[in-house]
Amino acid sequence: MVNERAIIKNLNFYYGETQVLQNISLPIFKNKVTAMIGPSGCGKTTLLRCFNRMHDLYPGNRYEGEIILLPENQNILHKNVDPIELRMRISMVFQKPNPFPKSIYENVAYGLRIRGVKKRSFLDDQVEEALKNAALWDEVKDRLSDLAFQLSGGQQQRLCIARALAVDPDIVLFDEPTSALDPIATQKIEELIQVLKERYTVIIVTHNMQQAARVSDYTAFFYLGELVEFETTNILFTNPKVKKTEDYITGRFG
Amino acid sequence: MKFQTFNKNSKKLLCFKERLIEVGLFLCAFLSILITLGIVFILISESIPFFREVSIRDFLTDPQWTPLFFDAHYGIASLILGTMVTTFVALSFAIPLGSIIAIYLSEYASHHVRETIKPILELLSAVPTVVYGYFALLFVTPLLQKIFPELSGFNMLSAGFVMGIMIVPYVSSLCEDAMRAVPMYMREGSLAMGATKLQTSLRVIFPSAISGIVAAYILALSRAVGETMIVAIAAGMQPNLTLDPREPAQTLTAYIVQVSLGDLPHGTVGYQTIFVCGLILFLMTFVFNIFGHVMKKLTREVYE
Repeated sequence: MVNERAIIKNLNFYYGETQVLQNISLPIFKNKVTAMIGPSGCGKTTLLRCFNRMHDLYPGNRYEGEIILLPENQNILHKNVDPIELRMRISMVFQKPNPFPKSIYENVAYGLRIRGVKKRSFLDDQVEEALKNAALWDEVKDRLSDLAFQLSGGQQQRLCIARALAVDPDIVLFDEPTSALDPIATQKIEELIQVLKERYTVIIVTHNMQQAARVSDYTAFFYLGELVEFETTNILFTNPKVKKTEDYITGRFG
Repeated sequence: MKFQTFNKNSKKLLCFKERLIEVGLFLCAFLSILITLGIVFILISESIPFFREVSIRDFLTDPQWTPLFFDAHYGIASLILGTMVTTFVALSFAIPLGSIIAIYLSEYASHHVRETIKPILELLSAVPTVVYGYFALLFVTPLLQKIFPELSGFNMLSAGFVMGIMIVPYVSSLCEDAMRAVPMYMREGSLAMGATKLQTSLRVIFPSAISGIVAAYILALSRAVGETMIVAIAAGMQPNLTLDPREPAQTLTAYIVQVSLGDLPHGTVGYQTIFVCGLILFLMTFVFNIFGHVMKKLTREVYE
């Protein structure tokens, strides 16, 4: 049984006067990994950043249409929705590992701290669980008070994943999470994403088609701000219906 | 050949000219180093005879500084303490205010507001320090006397406070540079966790920029230690071994002004005290400056 966790309905997005997303409609399924692929500038990252309203941080950006969270039936693009509250429920992992200048422990606890959690035992439990979920616990459990910058790039990225998981989000957004990592670190993160979908709904933007094929259940292909094709990953990569998709996945452009 | 427009002689001349210009430029650059070394040399060479007369022990432990009196005492402690108290007063005003302004300018203000406020703030440091001195003496002190009636006409509180006003733009401008050098992805990382702007500024951006911010504080400190006119005018001219900022006192710089104005015979111990004070002052600001620049360099390296 496949449930929808969110539905994107007729979404248009503008940077100032420039329209970047053209009438996108797309379901996001619960406990599945949805990949967004497409050449640079196709709007995939822009779409991802609509989910946690990151565009609100910069002036001149405008949304039209809806992203409806289910089963709450709440349009997260509505102006009455507080983006800060929204970001507490929808976490994001960025392209470049961006740990804070704090200890490993405090990095993971950050989301809880800013929500006002002070109880040490609760923080300890959440930090441990998040680090375990991010497959980092065994590597750092003896040095939680070390600075996060002392970790390797791959470890830093898993730390950022742990930070995103510690607040127990509804949806986890990944923005090209492995583009700055080596193949081994990439493999670890990909395996991790496979496990994460058991507990979370995952959306991942990736440049790397093989990665989308490996980690995702559904794939959406974007081109020039439009959704070209949305299918189960299996079908999209083996039997695409649209010529453009086929050209892209076979490497004829992109 | 087509491109061979110089004959051998004119080519030689060109090379010579190039070389001459290079040497000339080098000499200009070298001159500033030479001057600094010259100053250090004079400070040290004039201080050495002083320490033949006065033991280092007296110099450091004597509570009085009265080199021009018949009963001369050479305890530098009172001047150093005067310098420290005025500096402390100045920084305890300039550092919090400067930091808050920096957070506002870097994290909150729009581009337009920032570009308007910054030059106005920087005007504060364009005011001649002698004007600040009289501002402290004739305006701030009477104002403070309404709060502390026992405050003397010359006092370190008012001088330090006005010095703080003068230093605010240094702190705010350097701290703002440090905070704006923190990459956008750090900000986004925090905001994406549901942090507010204030939480992001205080918990992520400020600590990320900390070495640059510490550098700003240290440069402000060294600026306050070296400031002369304000303390000479508003803090009084008598050496006073006290930690109470409400009292008058003399700083190292103010002492140098006072003695340089008088006519002391060359070669006396009194004359040499100018250079000793100069040396102490130089050592203090030199150490602070180096430390500050090292910290500043460290910040730049973190995000590259």
